[in-house]
Amino acid sequence: MKYLPLLFAALMRKKTRTLLTLLSVAAAFALFGMLDAVRVAFNAPQSVIGIDRLITSSRLSLIQPLPYADLARIESTPGVKAVTYASWFGGIYQDPKNFFPNFPVEPETYLDMYPELVLPQAQRQAFIKMRTGAIAGQALADLHDWKVGDKIPLRPTIYPHRDGGEVWTFDLVGIFEAAQPELRGSEKQMLFHHTYFDEGREIGQGTVGWYIVRVEDASQADQIAQAIDRQFANSAFETRTQSEREFQLSFAKQIGDIGLIVTAIMAAVFFTLVLLTGNTMAQSIRERIPELAVLKTLGFTNRAVLLLVMAEALVLLLLGGLIGLVLAALALPVIGEASSGQLDVAMRPESWLLGVGLMAAIGILVGLPPALKAMRLGIVDALAGR
Amino acid sequence: MSERPTAWSIALTRMRSTLPTLAAGLAVAAFFGIWILAPTLVIALALVFIGWLVLTRTGRQALAVARVGLSTVPERLGATSVVVVGIAGVVGVLVALQAMAAGFEATLTGAGSDDTALVLRAAANAELSSALDRPSTTLIIQAPGIKRDANDRPVASAEVVVVASVPKRTTGTDANLEVRGVGPAAWAVRPQVRIVEGRRFRPGLRELIVGQGALQQFSGVEIGDSIVLNNQDWRIVGVFASGDTHESEVWGDAESIAAAYRRNGFQSVAVRLTEAAAIERLRAALSADPRLRVDVETTRAYYGKQSERLTRVIRAVGIGVAVMMALGAVFGALNTMYAAVASRAREIATLRALGFTGLPVVVAVMLETMALACAGGILGAGIAWALFHGFTVSTLGSNFSQVVFQFQVTPELLIRGLQWALGIGFIGGIFPALRAASLPVTTALRES
Repeated sequence: MKYLPLLFAALMRKKTRTLLTLLSVAAAFALFGMLDAVRVAFNAPQSVIGIDRLITSSRLSLIQPLPYADLARIESTPGVKAVTYASWFGGIYQDPKNFFPNFPVEPETYLDMYPELVLPQAQRQAFIKMRTGAIAGQALADLHDWKVGDKIPLRPTIYPHRDGGEVWTFDLVGIFEAAQPELRGSEKQMLFHHTYFDEGREIGQGTVGWYIVRVEDASQADQIAQAIDRQFANSAFETRTQSEREFQLSFAKQIGDIGLIVTAIMAAVFFTLVLLTGNTMAQSIRERIPELAVLKTLGFTNRAVLLLVMAEALVLLLLGGLIGLVLAALALPVIGEASSGQLDVAMRPESWLLGVGLMAAIGILVGLPPALKAMRLGIVDALAGR
Repeated sequence: MSERPTAWSIALTRMRSTLPTLAAGLAVAAFFGIWILAPTLVIALALVFIGWLVLTRTGRQALAVARVGLSTVPERLGATSVVVVGIAGVVGVLVALQAMAAGFEATLTGAGSDDTALVLRAAANAELSSALDRPSTTLIIQAPGIKRDANDRPVASAEVVVVASVPKRTTGTDANLEVRGVGPAAWAVRPQVRIVEGRRFRPGLRELIVGQGALQQFSGVEIGDSIVLNNQDWRIVGVFASGDTHESEVWGDAESIAAAYRRNGFQSVAVRLTEAAAIERLRAALSADPRLRVDVETTRAYYGKQSERLTRVIRAVGIGVAVMMALGAVFGALNTMYAAVASRAREIATLRALGFTGLPVVVAVMLETMALACAGGILGAGIAWALFHGFTVSTLGSNFSQVVFQFQVTPELLIRGLQWALGIGFIGGIFPALRAASLPVTTALRES
């Protein structure tokens, strides 16, 4: 604690330089925060929930529907606790830019399957009862300014309505919220009745897009998945059953080598950052060699000098880095808003942790060489400026 | 007047010392306005500037001072490398991300032209979500505006698009491969498609040809291999190249593929128009027919729209990232140049004591920073070019299948990278340069 004024004096010695270094660290960590949020969103979608849920889809490809009749056979598979289903509708609200996922589902079993979608009991009952009813997530409703009671028209891209109309109209009877803040992504969807959809469409009647299966024992999930797939092997509609997490990861992987590119960018940023800060630190220590020698003459131990210099580097990195991460956390919602929800990610605790870890690591990395140099200074040489 | 400085005089001195900074700020803003709006004007100004450097006395002085400054760069390698590497990082990231967007756009728009058109069911936003029954396709193919070949058959191909799960080479995990069933006229509709190895598929057989991009990204699709489509084995018999998004696809006979998927219809009709203007005739004819509900677009418009969204996102992300990094690099450059000026304060003051005016000093420091920035820009652009030019990646396209594309580092992007480098160098240099010129000679001479 008693070294604190000393540390402060060292940092305030060249205010411009300290400020500029701080700002460049902040810029780098703001970038890190944003990129890492994107990376986490790609690599670990909804990592906490759904370990006991499996998704059964067509083995051939996701666009191949499965017969409705499979429901009973999946339900009767040993170890299966509950089954529900959903399909891809792909409707467009007003403009293709407004894209959001919308699925026909079986209301009661689907909401039971996804307890993380929370909505008031009365709205839930209304949804179950009303054939043309639909529910939307809070975030989606906010985006388009929807209220319960509104009529939502969706223009179909795949399923024209049988009556020849250009739109399907739904009655918004409920707005759900995600149970946990990190699942806020699920508030971007709209759900409606499968029966309404199945009766209204011209093609593909009697099929569903995919089944969602809850197993009794999550540790048995793999065996149950195999048992389900075995029942349909060599049939006209072979299935592939995966855990929900695997299912979502396979989507993220299809989007491409985003992770790789993001990692490459971060590597470039950090290489630059380490170089910049390392150099500035080294320079600032070089200029203060006589001062450090004075400290040693006054009786400061080698270790104290080492720690003092290290602390300086760490304080710069941590302060700048935290400013950067806070900026990133503040900027992300703004970016999400500006891109109309296309790039909607938030800083997760693991990004903060990784960020702080990196600050400490880089602080040590750039602080250690000048600190060692300061520690090894010979008093006489240093005072002479040699 | 009292001995002690009044608040007013303090304010006045403060103002005097902040005035140059303010002026410099304005200069920076003006510079960037011109830089972004009229790059050619900047080049003209640069020519005038070079003329001034070579022809006038002050200009030659500036050049001489700058030469002294640059000659000491090897001795300050650590410090100057901060500028060079920092700017190289910015330019490298910027060029790489923009090259990715450019490559994606080129791959998709390359498949489009004004004299071919695509007919989809009304409101379908991609082939995958479209469906046309057999009677409709017959009507569409016979519509006016479609070119006819020597035998008076319309040059039109009714097509089926499905996706198959095939493992990717890089990850080993399954990804969606687009399978396109084409009609006999497909070769005439898309003359850019040519067989580079093997042969064409034979209609009626379970044979496929694979695009070069798909061949590169997916495993098990070489000539002689089989892939499974709806539980049937289909053999690969040839490899084709087209230089556009079709290279990410596998082609087979439309009738056979539709049969394999128990479909009695198609998803799109690709047609060659008699001329670019015939699109209107075709559109009018199809919309006038009450039996049809279809959308007609030139392939250029269709593929342009498909590429638009992702390209825009990549471009925006690229510029966002580059701006953040550029801020970091500007601070780094400022730090370095302030230090450089401080370490040479005595030298600069000596020059000024000898009668050099402020201008050559400012110009010399600016020249030094710009030279370093230029080196950084070339380094960054060079690295981006060496690492990423032709780098092949794939992503999910509109048909829910992989679109294979290559990064394209165009000369235009390299120049833009250099523009950024010089811009960063300008900001990083101007403030230290002004400081060097405005520091009182007596103070500077005393500085160590």
